Amino acid sequence: MTAPSPAAARRRLPLNWIGIVPFVVFALLFLILPTMNIVLGAFRNAAGEATFANIRGLFTPSILASYWISIKISVASSLLGCAIGFGMAAAVVLGGLPRWIRSPVLTFSGVASNFAGVPLAFAFMATIGPRGLLTLWLLDQFGINLRVQGFTILSFWGLTITYVFFQIPLMILIIVPALDGLKREWKEAANILGASGRQYWLMVALPILFPSLLGTFALLFANAFGAVATAFALTGSSLSIVPILLFAQIRGDVLQDPHLGYALAFGMIVVTGVANGIYIWLRVRSERWLK
Amino acid sequence: MRLGFAWLMLAVGMTYFILPLVGLTEFSLSMRRGVYSFDAYAAVLADPRFRQTFSYSVVMALVTIVFGVLLVVPTAYWVRLKLPGLRPYVEFVTLLPLVIPAIVIVFGYIRLYNTSSWLPMTGSTTGTNLLLMFGYATLSLPYMYRAIDTGLRTIDVATLTEAAQSLGAGWVTILARVILPNVLVAVLSGAFVTFAIVIGEFTLAALLNRPAFGPYLQLMGANRAYEPMALAVIAFAITWACMGLIQLVTRFSKHTKAAR
Repeated sequence: MTAPSPAAARRRLPLNWIGIVPFVVFALLFLILPTMNIVLGAFRNAAGEATFANIRGLFTPSILASYWISIKISVASSLLGCAIGFGMAAAVVLGGLPRWIRSPVLTFSGVASNFAGVPLAFAFMATIGPRGLLTLWLLDQFGINLRVQGFTILSFWGLTITYVFFQIPLMILIIVPALDGLKREWKEAANILGASGRQYWLMVALPILFPSLLGTFALLFANAFGAVATAFALTGSSLSIVPILLFAQIRGDVLQDPHLGYALAFGMIVVTGVANGIYIWLRVRSERWLK
Repeated sequence: MRLGFAWLMLAVGMTYFILPLVGLTEFSLSMRRGVYSFDAYAAVLADPRFRQTFSYSVVMALVTIVFGVLLVVPTAYWVRLKLPGLRPYVEFVTLLPLVIPAIVIVFGYIRLYNTSSWLPMTGSTTGTNLLLMFGYATLSLPYMYRAIDTGLRTIDVATLTEAAQSLGAGWVTILARVILPNVLVAVLSGAFVTFAIVIGEFTLAALLNRPAFGPYLQLMGANRAYEPMALAVIAFAITWACMGLIQLVTRFSKHTKAAR
């Protein structure tokens, strides 16, 4: 750091805050206030009085079922995304593959994690949909009829498999730096003390990586939980997950109670907020080890 | 054995990525029975609504990028130069759009700026377009801010500012002619991510009822078989091009630095 010059010191009026006023105004108007409005709306009734009735209204079987299936899809897609993404990242970083493979894999992950939304839904429709490439191939080659087996793309597994497409690359992008941080010395030290490869992984590497893994899981969870476009393009409104329910509520007040809609949105903020809180907390912890 | 396992893992993962893209492309080419053809693409390109919605989204993306750069560059610069103590808080705010789902944010917009509110932005077409643009700027804020802030970290902001000031430059000159050219690569990568986000965005545009590419894509998907697949291929090509361009400008900047 250079010491501030006298000229700069003289110019330091207590008006420095003016420079970030545009940003503060923007953030307040288009991020903070709209969100606050929803949160406050969740605790008010139609007359504007404070109430918990809306939050209580969430605990009806149909809305709870929506949250439950949303959470199940998010957990399943995050687990699969974590597992496959970790496997691929480990293969690229530690598996002894040629070095040139690393850069294309990371670039591709950057593209694929941004390839979400409506086009992604179409890609999976064209692959595992009723007349999709894989569906027809399985039918022709092996006589396996996915529909007879009970699989449709408009289901829990259909949505989960689709979400995994953007979960894997996100996992790779976040976990590769963590794997890079595993020091060679730790493995050598473990080997000298007589540890097998398996013991090294179970007792050294995984405990060090654990906060990053769990934290990334939380991030992937929040990512899947808030996704609207893919689900809507894939299933219309036939699968009642929370974002779809909220979408229908905003469009046409399907719950027939605007304030219940705010409570629904508030519930989404709580779930993604908790997941992100876990991510931030664990990332701070993992950074102690991974420099 | 470990090497074989690593190749296997990579192959399985890449299959997962590539199979849907192959399926998508194959489907988009099979509009004519029995042979591959570009009929679906021809049908899409001839559709006036495609041209309208696509150019609408492109214009929105460009306006969002300009607004985002004008907002984020001075802010990130000022925070680094004068208010370093506020950096964690500003950074936290810029990351909020990753925490709060887009559908909740737009729900708030509809509540806060409806026709009977204090600022009835949804009352007119221009107002709604403006609101949508601000929404897009919010969604891309985490990427834009992080890209530009990282760019600013690599240059000596304080020295550059003092040098420019001692030559008599004002704040606008410093920002436009000293800071911006120095972080141009960072600004460009932020801009490409913003472009990729805005082009395919569905939720905001659909709920604000604007004729953007995302809702058009969804509408086609609900009504046609082959055309939406062609559209999705186009959308994927755009995402791919944006990310490729980021790689290109980053690599280009590395070369210029190495040559210095």
